[in-house]
Amino acid sequence: MKKISLFVTFILALALALSACGAPAEPAVEEPAATEAPAEATEAAATEAAPAEPFRVAVVMPSTINDLAFGQSMYDALVRVQEEMGGPDAFEFVYSESMFVVDDAAAAIRDYATQDFDLIIAHGSQYGSSLQEIAPDFPDTSFAWGTTVDTFGLPNVFAYEAASHEGGYVNGVIAASLSKSNVIGVVGPIETGDAKLYVDGFKAGVTATNPDITVNVNYIGSFSDVALASEAATTHIAAGADVLTGSAQMVTGAIGKADEAGVLWLGTQSSQASLAPSIVVATQVFHWEVVLMEIIALVNEGTLGGQSFEINLENGGEVIEFNDGYALPDEVKTLAETTVQGIIDGSVTFTLP
Amino acid sequence: MRQRLETLFDALLPVIATLAALAVGAVMLLFLKVNPLEAYAALLKGAFGSFNSFAETLVKATPLLLVALGICISFRGDVINIGGEGQMIVGAILATWIGLTFTDAPGWLIITLALLAGFLGGAVWGGIPGALKAYFNVNEILSTVMMNAIAVQLMNFLLRGPMIDPSQAEVASKIPQTARLLDAFQLERLAPTRLHMGALIAVVLAVLVYILLWRTTLGYRIRAVGQNPHASRYAGIKVPRYVVTALLLSGAFAGLAGAIQVYGVNYRMITDGSASGFTGSAGFNGIVAALFGQLHPLWSIPASVLFGALLVGANSMQRMVQVPSALITVLNGLVVIFVVSSEIWRRRRQRRRLVVGEEEAPPKPDKSQVQTGEAQK
Amino acid sequence: MITDLFSTTVLIGILASGIRLATPYLYAAIGETFSQKSGVLNLGVEGQMLIGSFAAFYVAFTTGNLWLGLLVAMIVGALMGLVMAFVTVNLHAQQGISGIGFYLFGLGLSDLLFQRLIGNVETIKGFEKIYIPGLSDIPGIGQILFNQNILVYGAYLLVPLAWFVLNKTTLGLKIRAVGENPDAADSLGVSVARVRYFTIVLGGALSGIAGASLSIALLNVFQQNMTSGLGFIAVALVYFGAWKPVGVLGGALLFSMVNSLQLWIQVLGIPIPSDIAVMMPYVLTILVLVATVSRVRAPSALTKPFERDE
Repeated sequence: MKKISLFVTFILALALALSACGAPAEPAVEEPAATEAPAEATEAAATEAAPAEPFRVAVVMPSTINDLAFGQSMYDALVRVQEEMGGPDAFEFVYSESMFVVDDAAAAIRDYATQDFDLIIAHGSQYGSSLQEIAPDFPDTSFAWGTTVDTFGLPNVFAYEAASHEGGYVNGVIAASLSKSNVIGVVGPIETGDAKLYVDGFKAGVTATNPDITVNVNYIGSFSDVALASEAATTHIAAGADVLTGSAQMVTGAIGKADEAGVLWLGTQSSQASLAPSIVVATQVFHWEVVLMEIIALVNEGTLGGQSFEINLENGGEVIEFNDGYALPDEVKTLAETTVQGIIDGSVTFTLP
Repeated sequence: MRQRLETLFDALLPVIATLAALAVGAVMLLFLKVNPLEAYAALLKGAFGSFNSFAETLVKATPLLLVALGICISFRGDVINIGGEGQMIVGAILATWIGLTFTDAPGWLIITLALLAGFLGGAVWGGIPGALKAYFNVNEILSTVMMNAIAVQLMNFLLRGPMIDPSQAEVASKIPQTARLLDAFQLERLAPTRLHMGALIAVVLAVLVYILLWRTTLGYRIRAVGQNPHASRYAGIKVPRYVVTALLLSGAFAGLAGAIQVYGVNYRMITDGSASGFTGSAGFNGIVAALFGQLHPLWSIPASVLFGALLVGANSMQRMVQVPSALITVLNGLVVIFVVSSEIWRRRRQRRRLVVGEEEAPPKPDKSQVQTGEAQK
Repeated sequence: MITDLFSTTVLIGILASGIRLATPYLYAAIGETFSQKSGVLNLGVEGQMLIGSFAAFYVAFTTGNLWLGLLVAMIVGALMGLVMAFVTVNLHAQQGISGIGFYLFGLGLSDLLFQRLIGNVETIKGFEKIYIPGLSDIPGIGQILFNQNILVYGAYLLVPLAWFVLNKTTLGLKIRAVGENPDAADSLGVSVARVRYFTIVLGGALSGIAGASLSIALLNVFQQNMTSGLGFIAVALVYFGAWKPVGVLGGALLFSMVNSLQLWIQVLGIPIPSDIAVMMPYVLTILVLVATVSRVRAPSALTKPFERDE
């Protein structure tokens, strides 16, 4: 008996908390008026927008804005867009990071959609399913989903992706030209998505340059296990690799090992030269702002979606950034640059498995 | 009267503890130059501020409750199941397979089968550590931790290969996800929100678990083994069998939670390579919810809602006042620590009551003369 | 290709990397052994490791002093242990759950501080490998055993030390007594609370070092959630090792070497899907335990708060 009354009390307590913040739930319990105030405070804060009606973007991403990889590539791009458009008065953005739980991301996207954002970016291929469901409910809001090519045929969804295999190919060419041992190692997270695309392109680049080179690939089954990524690099080095590459945020561990052993590194997504200035040869850096500027222009014209974009070497969305700290032989640099040109003008072609 | 007040206090204890944790969090918010009042208003609003946000809270609470129900069973049997994550995944895999394979069958049949499959998948994934503990003396903390990791890799393997969405199999990026379930196979929604039938199922099951634990021989034996395995053995109970059963059932509920996430929320499985990407850490948070609910299936209902509200509200707080996600994690940790620490006051009072004998003292003896015992071990 | 696995390069590679990978597990799991021996399950190891890892990195990054970093990691870990001890010993909190709370707290706080104080992923020069003239040059063995940094050696020295303390000292006797029969220990005048405080704080300090071993010795970076479940595996290894330091050592080495083996399997191009390869250490750890059916019991008072009967 007592237990049941306890139980009822708990339910009542919850109801109290509920009605306190003005939910249209059970009217039963008395409302302490005091809790009303803070809720209003937020609304006030939310409405204090800049006078000149800036373009407002919300982005939801699975990792953090400083992961030196996928998340950071988007954050940096937004910062650059902001600079390009003339500061916070013209361009505002907010973000939800670490939304690796798809369900939480969906809630975030839906929530942003109810506020007056001009563009909502779902920066993770796993968010597609959620977006497909949310976007039709908000026909006047523009969404962008990456990385993919699929807009689900919805008029208010843009799709964007990175042709990571292109930069991967160039990195592969550089790696093959620099390898003396004819063994190259790759550290990947799980064998899908952007990482797989990059690795496949990389392998193609190596093989095209020197078919005798062995490319060993190690997927460590995690995006966060820095220790295992570092051991994977050690394993590659022990297996004779003298050039390494890898994708996703846990590669920092691998870069450290490469640095220790004096083995060269080629990066992707965000610039990794700062981590090991003496061994990072080049990084394929994503410049999402190329795509973002296009999308923003379209939204301003009234087109809310239906198109898909790609960053690649040609449109400058992917840039092979050479690290000044590493003295790359001129002929290799020239070869890399011609490869970039070749991919752009179509004279270099390759197929992915 | 004093009794009443104390009872009220007991019931509000987790809420008070949560408030205390938030007060500590407020100090951290001040350091981050965020107005705590504003932040917490955003949290409350995000969790309960509108019909839709309350629905979101319930959506979040549903898997927590299901996992918590399983935890009530296993912890009362004195087996610690921290394999909820893996069990959810395996349950979801089996359930998804049903829905993707038998596309011609009527919806009600598939949903029933799929939920059963989820239950079964979780039962297997929980039953293995159970059997290992009962017959090979392999500690269940160890095996459930390992089984979680194995389940994640199993999921990655299946979603990249055998179970991949055919449309993804063709494109280069190959997002590791299954095809989407047919509309007919999706759990019905209860309102124009994401709230789905799963929430009701969970509540009904909470009542059933309550009956199982306190009104059936099976439940009685699980608890008896949990309280005193030696005495139970002498009383003729086959202890290993009930250890297995406790973990098996515990896993089954987690598996069901996984199945319901697929059929009620996501309509497909997607992996980001980690367990929490799919489970949202419900396999862990469910343990916390069960303990908030004092390992009682019915109490677990409000406890799950409270914890679900915290998770949903915290995410919304991240959006509205732009605090780093890391702070949210800290807050969750603080809440868990404070709530679990606050238990002592409730227990103290209980003991005092028992000693003083103010009330009809000890809990009603069970059919077979073994005390039910209160809440914790 | 399978035969490639048996080449000396691979074997040396597996052994050397197994020994290195086992380091953080050893510190954390030995610490956990102490607390479990005294009857306290600490599931918050992962959180303590993350905090320790960040603290060590931050101090080393700003001051350039690795030893100071290590010290601070120990202190911070111990402090977290102190709070944990208060919560479990004085407030009798459910140990498994409070541990999860401390895990979340550490996970969040380390990331938060990292974002505020450092911001970007940076590297430092960590503890260098120690070259031991003569020994390091022995082919094979030198590379496996004598080509590691100081924290790796420390981890292995900790094993006999822990064994000695637990089995050959009065302190160890007290710890075991408190974990097996706190009532009896109490009646003999041993302060159950004080012993448990000691072991939990010690466990925290060692977890701090475990974290530091990652951030300033093995990986030399700090990143959000960089332990990535390592702390939970460490707890599992205590059960594997049946609460004996040597058993813990065996478990840590087995787990790490199989992990390194799966990396080699992928590198050698043996056609097993990568996810299945990654599963191997987890599966094998369970299988080994099944095969060696042990009848060792957990400390009787494990997870049970102690209260004097009045």
